Amino acid sequence: MKPAKNNGKTGPSLHKCPTGIVGLDQITNGGVPRGRPTLVCGGAGCGKTLLAVEFIVRGAIQFNEPGVFMSFEETSEDLSKNVRSLGFDLDDLIRREKLAMDFVRVERSEIEETGEYDLEGLFVRLNHAIDSIKAKRVVLDTVETLFAGLTNTAILRAELRRLFLWLKDKGVTVLITGEKGDGTLTRQGIEEYVSDCVIMLDHRVHDQLSTRRLRVVKYRGSTHGTNEYPFIIDAQGISVLPVTSMGLNHLATTTRISSGVKRLDTMMGGKGFFRGSSILVSGTAGTGKTSIAAAFAKAACQRGEKCLFFGFEESPAQIIRNMLSIGIDLAPCVKKGLLRFHTSRPTLYGLETHLTVMHKQIEEFKPGVVIVDPVTNMISAGIAQDVRSMLLRLMDYLKGRQITTMMTSLSSVGDAIEQSVCGVSSLIDTWVFVQDIELGGERNRGLYILKSRGMAHSNQIREFVLSDHGIELLDVYLGPSGVVLAGSARLAQAAREQAEDAASKQEILRQRTQAQAQRKALEAQIAALQAQGLAQNLAIEHLAAQDRLRAVQGQADRTAMARSREADVAAPAVAGPRRGRHL
Amino acid sequence: MTRLPKKIKARTRKPKPAALPSDLWDLRLYVAGRTPKSVRALRNLKRLCEENLKGKYHIEVVDLLKHPHRAKVDQIVALPTLVRKLPESMKQIIGDLSNTEKVLLWGGISTRTAKSSPDGPDGEDA
Repeated sequence: MKPAKNNGKTGPSLHKCPTGIVGLDQITNGGVPRGRPTLVCGGAGCGKTLLAVEFIVRGAIQFNEPGVFMSFEETSEDLSKNVRSLGFDLDDLIRREKLAMDFVRVERSEIEETGEYDLEGLFVRLNHAIDSIKAKRVVLDTVETLFAGLTNTAILRAELRRLFLWLKDKGVTVLITGEKGDGTLTRQGIEEYVSDCVIMLDHRVHDQLSTRRLRVVKYRGSTHGTNEYPFIIDAQGISVLPVTSMGLNHLATTTRISSGVKRLDTMMGGKGFFRGSSILVSGTAGTGKTSIAAAFAKAACQRGEKCLFFGFEESPAQIIRNMLSIGIDLAPCVKKGLLRFHTSRPTLYGLETHLTVMHKQIEEFKPGVVIVDPVTNMISAGIAQDVRSMLLRLMDYLKGRQITTMMTSLSSVGDAIEQSVCGVSSLIDTWVFVQDIELGGERNRGLYILKSRGMAHSNQIREFVLSDHGIELLDVYLGPSGVVLAGSARLAQAAREQAEDAASKQEILRQRTQAQAQRKALEAQIAALQAQGLAQNLAIEHLAAQDRLRAVQGQADRTAMARSREADVAAPAVAGPRRGRHL
Repeated sequence: MTRLPKKIKARTRKPKPAALPSDLWDLRLYVAGRTPKSVRALRNLKRLCEENLKGKYHIEVVDLLKHPHRAKVDQIVALPTLVRKLPESMKQIIGDLSNTEKVLLWGGISTRTAKSSPDGPDGEDA
């Protein structure tokens, strides 16, 4: 891993030296200036020494740049012990010649000053240490202690100036720590000589909650983030909250994922939430918000996606137990490593620290789905505006990573229905609202989708029922004057409607039967008339036939008569005029 | 240090190297090469020792440019530094030793008539 060059956006003129500290390299656009001194100042206990140690150790381990740590306050043994808990083994680094440590002891009671002197001894030691391991990084922590040990400040200042010039010539990147003074960056005004880059650390306590912050006060020759960034110190060292882009350039996918409740998916066009969107589930106490969140988590795990559940109210064991009672078993998801719980009280630390911790967890676990339950608890850790700002940054961060987020929010009974805490509603894409329906001496829950950007969604209220087999969404009934009926009232209404239905069915059946009977009767009549008609036809035919027969017989009789009377045989046709005697 | 300024008390509490007499002063001067300050310091030291500790002193000059690791081991920051190893080791004195009285006070040597003026920064030197 060669040292990073040209990381800065300023071009080849300013090389940077990456610190390896999470987030700091992003804020400084690549690290501290290479070959120049950087000042880290702050009050007592801000973390300056830790930052300096990480700079050296990470430089040695991650970037293969040996470093010299010259300490004026702690002995090498103490330092080794202190940083061992972070997993840094300084003795091992010394053995491998990646680190040289020197403790400079300057006790006023042990020194008598006469005449002119200089600090060449310090130079010699530093030079020797740098050359012995070919160091590229140097830390001086904290040079101001010299001012406590030696009285001649004129000499000291001159020598310090000379020291920094000498270090610059040597080509090493130096980190100098200084204690914050009253009104000045450092107590002794070292910032005069070290002004290429100044980083200030701060440890503020507000309302009993402490937050650590870092600010790049000055960085010659480079752009840098100028805000105060919160950071945390934990078992892995310093983590600075990384810069979240505050532009609105997120990608939007069209993939949809299930909410875990089938009917809810149906209410959203049959497909569910957009991936990467933010979802708010709000409602009063006891309306089942956590259950919806748990169903969502379970659905994610079943798809094989990782889910990170941030809880601020209940412990993981409690959540798992409660969800089991409605048929959502989260334990196997946890065992498979797909579901991770991270629970803490909101008052544990300040809002910024919460955000940093969440960032860290998300970076480490890389989930596809994040649940925050509930978000409104954060009010106890800060004021409403700060909570909103924190949520905005969190959602921004998650959207940038296409992580779908579900947040639950507790509204109070007296609030207007569509009021959400801290005005968060404008930040979210889908808002599912669970409300209480109180009627007829009972309280039931109704769920509806208040808004869902980018998709067609149902505008109907569904009754939200938690049972042994999970979450069910049932149709509601509308009673007289448009009152929504749920629970027992719904059942009563359903029974009533069923009865009515049956009754009307019966009535129709009866009428139909009647009509059918009537038709049958008519048909019979028609048949009878038809039969009569037929009979008449037959009679007419019969008469006609008789007539014909009679005619034919008559002719035959006449012919026979004529023969018998030996009359002229007339033509059988009687068409000609009759001659002869009329017979 | 509260010593009676009457006499030189060359008490040694620790066993001394056999070769050295018991009231020997073992002095060590740390320098970094030949600089005006270090030359001055050495000259001043030699003169002070000649005047006050005739025959009973031993000066060792440690050149840190030749032995840089000594600086860390002996915790040297400023130069020149004078350290007394024997009689008991005591606090360092830094500077070119031009302030004779202070040096003598440091060493617990009474300020008997200072025979010559010390060489200061702008004094002539050889």
